[in-house]
Amino acid sequence: MSHWERSSTARVIPSARPRKLAKVPFVELADGRLQGVVSSGSDIERVYVSSVAVGTFAFACSTNNNRPCGGARGSFCNHIRALVTEAVLQYGASRVARYLKIDTGTGEADAQTLTGVMINSRPAQGDTTAAAPVFSRFLRHLAYLELAPTTAPLPEMQWFPPTRAVA
Amino acid sequence: MVPADQGGGMMRADLLSESVDGLDEALAAVDAFDRVLVTGLLRPGPAQAAGLAEIARAVTGTPLAAKVSEAAEKASAGAAGEDHFVALAAARAALLGSVHDALAARTEEATGRPRGEQGTPEPAGQQPANLLAAARSWLSDLARRGWRGLDHDVVSGAAHVVSAMLPDPGLRRLATLLDGFAAELAASCPGATLERVPERRWADLWSRGMLLTLPGAAQVPVTGTVTGRLLPLGVDLQEHATAVQAQVHAVLEPAEGGASRLVRASVSVPKPDTVVGAGLWQLLRPHMSLLAAVGEGCSMDLTDMPVTVEGDLIWSDAHARQGAPADAFATARVALPTAADSYVAPLDRHPARLVVPVFLEGYAVGGDDDAVVLTAAGSPLVVDTDRIPSAGPLTPEAVAASGACIGLLRWDAGSFRVQPLAVETTVRRKVVPLHAGGWAGGTTDKTGVRAEKAATDAVTVLRERAGRLLRK
Repeated sequence: MSHWERSSTARVIPSARPRKLAKVPFVELADGRLQGVVSSGSDIERVYVSSVAVGTFAFACSTNNNRPCGGARGSFCNHIRALVTEAVLQYGASRVARYLKIDTGTGEADAQTLTGVMINSRPAQGDTTAAAPVFSRFLRHLAYLELAPTTAPLPEMQWFPPTRAVA
Repeated sequence: MVPADQGGGMMRADLLSESVDGLDEALAAVDAFDRVLVTGLLRPGPAQAAGLAEIARAVTGTPLAAKVSEAAEKASAGAAGEDHFVALAAARAALLGSVHDALAARTEEATGRPRGEQGTPEPAGQQPANLLAAARSWLSDLARRGWRGLDHDVVSGAAHVVSAMLPDPGLRRLATLLDGFAAELAASCPGATLERVPERRWADLWSRGMLLTLPGAAQVPVTGTVTGRLLPLGVDLQEHATAVQAQVHAVLEPAEGGASRLVRASVSVPKPDTVVGAGLWQLLRPHMSLLAAVGEGCSMDLTDMPVTVEGDLIWSDAHARQGAPADAFATARVALPTAADSYVAPLDRHPARLVVPVFLEGYAVGGDDDAVVLTAAGSPLVVDTDRIPSAGPLTPEAVAASGACIGLLRWDAGSFRVQPLAVETTVRRKVVPLHAGGWAGGTTDKTGVRAEKAATDAVTVLRERAGRLLRK
């Protein structure tokens, strides 16, 4: 066994990179999808819930009130494109490509390449049933800001050192 | 050998590279159990039975023997219940406890510092049993599936348990552990296609989680209060995607006189995963005035500050006020050598929890692009530069150009390493201190100000979104 396998503090996930959150406040690689929440450009009260499935790239976009996005007919809308761009900023292109199972060949990928490969495979439009759970995961994520700090020690955090390596 | 004129403050780094009796045997039994968790206990084969037998054999003659032997037998037959998993987790913790004790004895010898008073904390307090049971049930599912059997369904089972636990401060330790653990497992799904498995790490998190589901296990009671002068050495930052903790290591000089001791002051908070870098300090800063004092290089005067048996201050700004300037390097040179180390509670006896403040100087710097190595009196010590937080003035390059270092001695994966908290380095023929936690209280550094602004913007957006979308 190598050093990494015998390390209590082996780094498994690289740190997320800082990014601006105004356009896409939430993005995650979870539940077999790249999914997240994109702020509407026109209505401050409205957000879109967008997702792309692992492997098939089946895409979906609708508002949090479950109205379909007008742009997501036939191919990726601008919300989904923004979602991919911000996912690449947060997690790095290679982690996003690996997760979505995008074959980028040997070259260095960026958000544009990844989006291009997915669109060229003519993905199907998926249903928007995931919108509700994704939106509730976003609310759960926001709720972390409301949790109280504590000055009682958390010895368990010794297992979670920072890492300078980023995605 | 240590030159005689160095006084009592010099560390015997040579002791740290010597082998420790019995260490390999104890870790071999731990590894055997850790391999069992890779394939899981749903349909155990002969290899897993052998691994279980090995950990049972390793605790023969201890009070755990009978329970662990029964658990190993049941688990080998694919019939382990939750209590059996708890017994196996306890056996693993006991073995690592013995490893911790052997390593701690070695670091005590190396630093030459006095040992603190012993004590036995009495478990106290009540925690909601249903949430603990839910956590235990999820961890048991993981053990049955094994790391290779991970999928999104089994991993997502943690989410509702964590959400219910996080608001309760009494459950914060287990909740924070499970949250960070589940995020890693989710990022590693499906387990069947993983290139490699962090066997020791995940078994650590699993067994620690299991033991924390026992009512009272997470309680380390306050045993008194302290009054005196607090001299900070540095800040250790720990983080996972949705939590951050800062721990200030310091020397406490009691007002009534008597021996000074090493203490820690901690502050932690759950966070959204998009709050990173300088944003971590911003979240923590308002809740512990000590962070600002550390940033300004000041001591603090404490009055009746609660403290646990392990030397953890339960910080409250009401019991502290900023004191006179206190250079951390003066503290490290003068006060650290005679400060007593703290007692370690049974559950915290684990090598990963062995964190020993040390002061190094008069070393030669070596190493390559991958590692910085400090060699004092012929004994090399590798620097864990990856632990230096990105939002701060300290960098691996500064460590490589340093002449003195305050650090935390840690042991992982078979060897000791030092995590730098601060270094003295020479800039334009002037000695300048650089602290890992230099931006804890805020900064006027150009890069720092930019990072602070970006972090403020991120939190502002999230709060605005939360204000509009939550509670509708």
